[in-house]
Amino acid sequence: MSQPLPGYRVRLGHETPLRLDCGVELSDFTVAYQTYGRLNAARSNAILICHALTGDQYVAEPHPVTGKEGWWHMMVGPGKVLDTDRYFVVCPNILGGCMGTIGPKEINPATGKPWGLTFPVISIADMVRAQAMLMDHLGIDNLFAVTGGSIGGMQVLEWAALYPARVFAAVPIATAAHHTAQNIAFHEVGRQAIMADPDWHGGDYQAHGARPHRGLAVARMAAHITYLSEKALQEKFGRKLQNRAAVSWGFDADFQVESYLRHQGSTFVDRFDANSYLYITRAADYFDLAERYGGVLAHAFRGTATRFCLMSFTSDWLYPTEENRKIMHALNAVAANVSFAEIVSDNGHDSFLLDEPEFHRVFEGFLDGAAEHRGLPRKSGQ
Amino acid sequence: MNAADRERHSAERAIRVDLQLIADMIEPSSRVLDVGCGDGALLEYLTTFKHVDGRGIELSTTGVNACISRGLSVIQGDADADLKNYPDAAFDYVILSHTLQAMVAPHEVLGHMMRIGRRAIVSFPNFAFWRVRLDFLLGGRMPESDLMPYHWYDTPNIHLCSIKDFVALCGKMGFRVERSLSLDSTGRARRIGAGIFTANLLGEQAVFLLTK
Repeated sequence: MSQPLPGYRVRLGHETPLRLDCGVELSDFTVAYQTYGRLNAARSNAILICHALTGDQYVAEPHPVTGKEGWWHMMVGPGKVLDTDRYFVVCPNILGGCMGTIGPKEINPATGKPWGLTFPVISIADMVRAQAMLMDHLGIDNLFAVTGGSIGGMQVLEWAALYPARVFAAVPIATAAHHTAQNIAFHEVGRQAIMADPDWHGGDYQAHGARPHRGLAVARMAAHITYLSEKALQEKFGRKLQNRAAVSWGFDADFQVESYLRHQGSTFVDRFDANSYLYITRAADYFDLAERYGGVLAHAFRGTATRFCLMSFTSDWLYPTEENRKIMHALNAVAANVSFAEIVSDNGHDSFLLDEPEFHRVFEGFLDGAAEHRGLPRKSGQ
Repeated sequence: MNAADRERHSAERAIRVDLQLIADMIEPSSRVLDVGCGDGALLEYLTTFKHVDGRGIELSTTGVNACISRGLSVIQGDADADLKNYPDAAFDYVILSHTLQAMVAPHEVLGHMMRIGRRAIVSFPNFAFWRVRLDFLLGGRMPESDLMPYHWYDTPNIHLCSIKDFVALCGKMGFRVERSLSLDSTGRARRIGAGIFTANLLGEQAVFLLTK
């Protein structure tokens, strides 16, 4: 990652610092972001994408490190659901990330050394406040839509709660309004794997010229299981062996599923920072939107004029339909304008990243309806 | 006929006769919740021609997805379970068309509809329709018809009622019948009014507009 990363960077917080939930203030920090499409003259066609735990701003172009297609390339582009011929799409790297936005691997200007574990603990709301500062910088007062899946969906919910007047439509996907004990437990396994790696050096691995590859890979492997459904894993791998006719009576990757997970782990470490993983998982664990509103989630959305479209997937056991339905109930309780669809899919939590035609159709229909209410022109050719 | 009129004409022809009667009861630009909205035909009609702020609840995934894809605000949910989350007086009208008979607790659903809305509109097949009575009386089998196209063992209609039954329940719950229509098998509508005995015999289905 020594090459400069493509896309935009802006330094924020000079005039008004970002006051984090933990009490620390960031008065000069970088946010890296990418854009697709064009902002119209009325500045009314902007869509903000909030990326998930291991996503980044390279939504619809080859990834600068891995060379793979952007993580939402199926969703974003000319004529696609987030149609870049109609909409101006912005995706910033989240606070605490490792693709250019301030995070633990960046240099702390006060010390001249990487932040490491001296980086303040951040929240989902902090990520959103930083994004709002980016929107101020871009001159976008009102977003036509804010969307994202998983931890990205949590940011969407925070946007709707913190800046209701700035969000015309909100599309939180496969998400939850709080982390459950099971969610926290899986994240803790990942963090412990990283911290148990001797190359982690108490978080100070950059100073030691090391990277906790093994710990981060194990964290990714454990997390990856939660992104897939049992059925999908079973159908894809079953008990099939990896390039061999019989088990080796050893601890090699005999099974295809082992080989697959090892591959997922080893490719992940090339593009992700271990401390970022700690900070972002922590932010998700701390997320409990209702807490700030006296424990009543509905109060987070009182009086909202935002049009919501919630979507969940039948086989997602990480952020299951039931958690998404709780958000729907809270929105119903304030008579908000809300749509909710459960999409039938065997692809587990990862469904929101995959080619799911029904999901795309519903999403597009919702956006078209919202665009009409917002007075945006129809899709070309209609 | 200009293009707008043609569009209106074809859309009016496109919705079911009982849905048209329901639509005619609704004031323009009101807030409407359609419980069991199916593929959204009524909601779309009301949004287009009555400019209502419309929402829907639908149990089937295909129905919900069809609605949202059409730009309608619809949630996947169950009237028996999900109505309780709505606040009081959030809507001008709450509609339940041909769904009451499939509810686990119709009286509770009605109660929630009248709590959530200023008015409720309910349509249902009349189980005392003469042909239904005759089928059972002479055939000795559970009635089946176009409006109740199921066998006794696979029907979702677990709480069928007659027009008289429904009027009695409304009375018991303290709801006022503002308008009521019965439809015969040709789709012709008649005011029920005082002629409840005739309506209960000749009406294949009924539409009620209720207030508190």
